[in-house]
Amino acid sequence: MPVISYIDAISKGLWEEMERDSSVFLLGEDIGEYGGAFKVTKGFLDHFGSDRVVDTVLAESAILGAATGAALVGMRPVAEMQFADFVTCGFNQLVNNSASIHYRWNLPVPMVVRLPSGAGIHGGPFHSRNPEAWFFHQPGLKLVAPSTPYDAKGLIKAAIRDPNPVLYFEHKRLYRHIKGEVPDGDYVVEIGRGDVKRSGNDISVISYGSAVHFSLEAAETLEKQEGVSVEVVDLRTLMPLDKELILSSVRKTGKVLIVHEDTLTGGIGGEIAALIAEFAFEYLDAPIKRVGAIDTPTPFAPTLEEYFLPNKEKVLAALRNLAAY
Amino acid sequence: MVDVIMPQMGESIAEGTITKWYKKVGDKIAKDETLLEISTDKVDSEIPSPSAGLVAELLFPEQKTVDVHTVIARIQTDVHAPSMSEPENVPTRSPNPTPEAVSTVEPSLEPPALRQGISAETNSFFSPLVINIARAEGISLSDLEKIPGSGANNRVTKKDVLDYVERRKSAAPVSHVKPSNAGTPPGGVEVIKMDTMRKAIAEHMVRSVHTSAHVGSVTEADVSKIAAYREKHKAEFERREGFKLTFTPFFVDVVVKAIKEFPLINASVDGDSIILRKDINIGVAVALENGLIVPVVKNAAGKDFAGLARAVNDLSSRARAKKLSPDDVQGGTFTITNPGIFGNLFGFPIINQPQVAILGVGAIKKRPVVIDDAIAIRSMVYISMSYDHRIIDGALGGKFLQRIVQYLENFELGIMN
Repeated sequence: MPVISYIDAISKGLWEEMERDSSVFLLGEDIGEYGGAFKVTKGFLDHFGSDRVVDTVLAESAILGAATGAALVGMRPVAEMQFADFVTCGFNQLVNNSASIHYRWNLPVPMVVRLPSGAGIHGGPFHSRNPEAWFFHQPGLKLVAPSTPYDAKGLIKAAIRDPNPVLYFEHKRLYRHIKGEVPDGDYVVEIGRGDVKRSGNDISVISYGSAVHFSLEAAETLEKQEGVSVEVVDLRTLMPLDKELILSSVRKTGKVLIVHEDTLTGGIGGEIAALIAEFAFEYLDAPIKRVGAIDTPTPFAPTLEEYFLPNKEKVLAALRNLAAY
Repeated sequence: MVDVIMPQMGESIAEGTITKWYKKVGDKIAKDETLLEISTDKVDSEIPSPSAGLVAELLFPEQKTVDVHTVIARIQTDVHAPSMSEPENVPTRSPNPTPEAVSTVEPSLEPPALRQGISAETNSFFSPLVINIARAEGISLSDLEKIPGSGANNRVTKKDVLDYVERRKSAAPVSHVKPSNAGTPPGGVEVIKMDTMRKAIAEHMVRSVHTSAHVGSVTEADVSKIAAYREKHKAEFERREGFKLTFTPFFVDVVVKAIKEFPLINASVDGDSIILRKDINIGVAVALENGLIVPVVKNAAGKDFAGLARAVNDLSSRARAKKLSPDDVQGGTFTITNPGIFGNLFGFPIINQPQVAILGVGAIKKRPVVIDDAIAIRSMVYISMSYDHRIIDGALGGKFLQRIVQYLENFELGIMN
């Protein structure tokens, strides 16, 4: 099976879907001539033409409004936010329109919004956000956040084929850092299904996106150094949450650490913690712990950014605490 | 439809156990025909059906204990002839109700200790999971408190409680004593809460009885020599050592000598392994005002008689002054207790776990005995020993006891230094 990068897996998924279904088209800032700020859509314009790879004005509200309208008339638009941070400018379109149309008019809105998100690339406060929690709270949206090339391709395909608005959070730092086996042909990763990336018995780590990787590293280290067996659950889909997978893992281990790169307060980890407390309380052998970024805007200085972000060492410290509890 | 209720078989009876159902669901029953048998604290009775009809529902399985006045079965009285032959018309409730059906009427399945507010009963924190496991495994709160915790601040972790369950499984099955629900007996009572020592003794004794296959032997020994020796030297001894010479160090001394020849007596049992203990550490039971404690003479084989006497005196005086350290009461490999101290001839001691034998020394009394067909007055003592038949058979236990007798009767001490 070919080994490709996370970013190439996204490109491949988009390409295959555009080949498969002529109603799929792309729109966004600099995605055509320039090939996208991160080159996800490099070569797409030449192959698919400017009707299907649309360079737009610098106006997220317009991009998301246009995508919503196109979806309403039967197209399957994939809108790119150049950086996930900029989605704020189109917030109203997403939460008031895209998310609620099915409930108001009983019409499907099969659109995908790609959100290059995450820190660790020295992007400063405007180019490092993980804005998933804002949308997590909005009924009517689906949220996916792949951590591996395999899931990235499988989920972009599932998102495009889904009849609902799907926000696709792709982590910028994973783009070229993470490589993995990805089948050539067509496959989808079902939305709403998490994945156990590492099986274990003593502690469950619930994570997604970039956090999966440093959680896996911490789990390996802890097992090697102290023989503590850590299970790492990759949510892959944030909405709807794979509650059964989360609860079954916690019921197995009795201890749980929730890890995300997003800032801690009001993050998705809080909802997961509440879910566990409500439905797996009698299986808990320790308090539910969380690791996330510090509650500040993302600092620009590399040393401060490193201090701000969760990482392997912070996860390891939390796991050691849980193991000793 | 007529309800059958659990009858109250006496004024103080609060519950009854269904021992046998005489009918199945769908069976025809006549009025006053026996439907079930119940057993209560006082009597076993056959319960007749209150009316004729079809048995529609049996709400509890056999061996289930149910509060009085609870509906336990239903009799369908408006039975038409055809429905009696057509099973599909018979209500389909199983005679063994599903767990859901039972749980709705029996919240008392949970051990009361665990339900009565953890905070009120204990200072320890138990996680929801630990409580849950304890409940499922029938571990009482007081047992839970005794599990050594390996977590933060000695918290009992999931692993600790699961290990405990494993250990308990490998030990002999523990019978669950049914709590008395008979209410307050007439005449009034006084309820005394056990203190920590009493609870510990209670737990340890019950566990020991459940763990070891206790068997006993009793012998007698002529300790006239020792009595004479003690009489002759006690004044000088007290002057030199600063404490009174008792009989206990003599017994410790002979036990140590005998154990050297019978190492299996100085052992413990771990699953199907016998652990021979190389050190000989003799526990000496000391009665206290409110209980009993067993400090341990460590490395007794390495001490001479005076050393043993000093150790016994030191431990027993510190025991009475409540000055023992935890280390003083740990590591024993054999125990000597003294039922004779209150004048009794002999006792039936319970083994001090995880040891496998305990020696009980009775009262030393002058008795007429026959020696060489003549009657003599001798200082005699009955010595009993309880030992664990899992690893010590009567032959070994008996020989060991007889060796102790020989050592006692031929006690020789040149100089007490």
